[in-house]
Amino acid sequence: MLPALVSAKRILVLGLGLAVLTACSVPEPGTDVHDPYESVNRATHWVNVELDRSALRPASQVYGTLVPTPVRRSVDNAADNLGMPSAVLNKLLQGDIEDAVHNTARFAVNTTFGLLGFFDPATDMGLEARDTGFADTLATWGASEGAYVVLPLLGPSTERDTAGFVVDILTDPVGSVLGPRLGDQAEDNSLNFTAVSTVNNRYELTETVDGILYGSADSYAQLRLFYLDSRRFALGQTSDDDAVDLYDDLYEGLFDE
Amino acid sequence: MNKLTRRATLAGLIATAGFAANPAFSLTTAGARALINEVVAKINSVINSGKSESAMYRDFEALFNRYADVPTISRSALGPPARSASSQQLRQFSDAFAGYLARKYGKQFRDFIGGEITVENARQVKSFQEVQAVAKLRGQSPFAVTFMVSDRSGSDLFFDLLIEGISLLKSERAEIGAMLDKRGGNIDALIRDLKSAG
Repeated sequence: MLPALVSAKRILVLGLGLAVLTACSVPEPGTDVHDPYESVNRATHWVNVELDRSALRPASQVYGTLVPTPVRRSVDNAADNLGMPSAVLNKLLQGDIEDAVHNTARFAVNTTFGLLGFFDPATDMGLEARDTGFADTLATWGASEGAYVVLPLLGPSTERDTAGFVVDILTDPVGSVLGPRLGDQAEDNSLNFTAVSTVNNRYELTETVDGILYGSADSYAQLRLFYLDSRRFALGQTSDDDAVDLYDDLYEGLFDE
Repeated sequence: MNKLTRRATLAGLIATAGFAANPAFSLTTAGARALINEVVAKINSVINSGKSESAMYRDFEALFNRYADVPTISRSALGPPARSASSQQLRQFSDAFAGYLARKYGKQFRDFIGGEITVENARQVKSFQEVQAVAKLRGQSPFAVTFMVSDRSGSDLFFDLLIEGISLLKSERAEIGAMLDKRGGNIDALIRDLKSAG
């Protein structure tokens, strides 16, 4: 949390400096990205893409082809279930008692009737997963997002989300290593996964991920945009905030000239 | 005419006068909601039609051309260079861009087959309307789909589509910007390549 705050301050100072320097030019709308480590991040991104090309993508194709869908889903379910106690703890830390109780009930149902979490009867009972992690807790406590970072193997993150992830490894070791990364509420659309679920999700999202990593003119910029916007959306930010300037500009520039 | 009706009529007159005086706000939240209900009903009928994938892509392209503000989206995607482009270049770019979008996103619509999208909520944000929907697809947890609707092009159309907060407009601005940079800012080269991209 502390490094995130320190760097947020640094960004603010930098931002003020830039604002003075570029006071005459119009800032491009829709660019609300803090990426002071861009050159390092880009290098890490290309290593990750190379790893995807040589290892993750081929492995996911083998896994997806050999292992039938119900089995893949069960493995996913089990990892998800093991993450529930950590989600309950974080919901409590966020002061969200309702979701904490909801997740506790889900964990109880899936651990018993769901045979240690390999099946997911809870969702059919209206007890869908309300995933969260320590990164969300930090956000609730008011920690700012910090700079955008690309982690080796793990991919896109921010300074705040990285700090949260480190704590998640302690509270949910199996889920953090085997399962979808908690703290990522938009889990089905996100590209951050680890181990088994990474392989599974890489397979299920083959078209989408291929499109971004190999079809884009700038996969780094696309991934950064996707990560930051889906995270901000999951944390409850809406179009009232950053996109409005872009939308205003859209019609002002075109029809009111 | 009783008191209540008279009051209602008066309120109606004032409202009408208000709309007439401020054409930018003539699209109501209810109107935007109705429009997106129509879009969503058509999308649902396409993804449950049992047609071949290529037939579905064509249906989606037609839906997009009918209900999205394609000229505005494409000009925004082109960004500042749109200001120096000729009207002919803009038209060619808009056509190439529409085809590119249909191919690029058409591939992903395969995931939608057998699913259902439902409009949940609508509200006004500044000068436009935001309509929130939820997509429920087989074997996946539901996700949010948001349509941004405006009538400032002259008709009621959506100008952005967000999936779990990820904006089509923003991501295409970044993508087209990167493609243009790679071609040294040459719009004609971009138009040529866009015809086969996606």
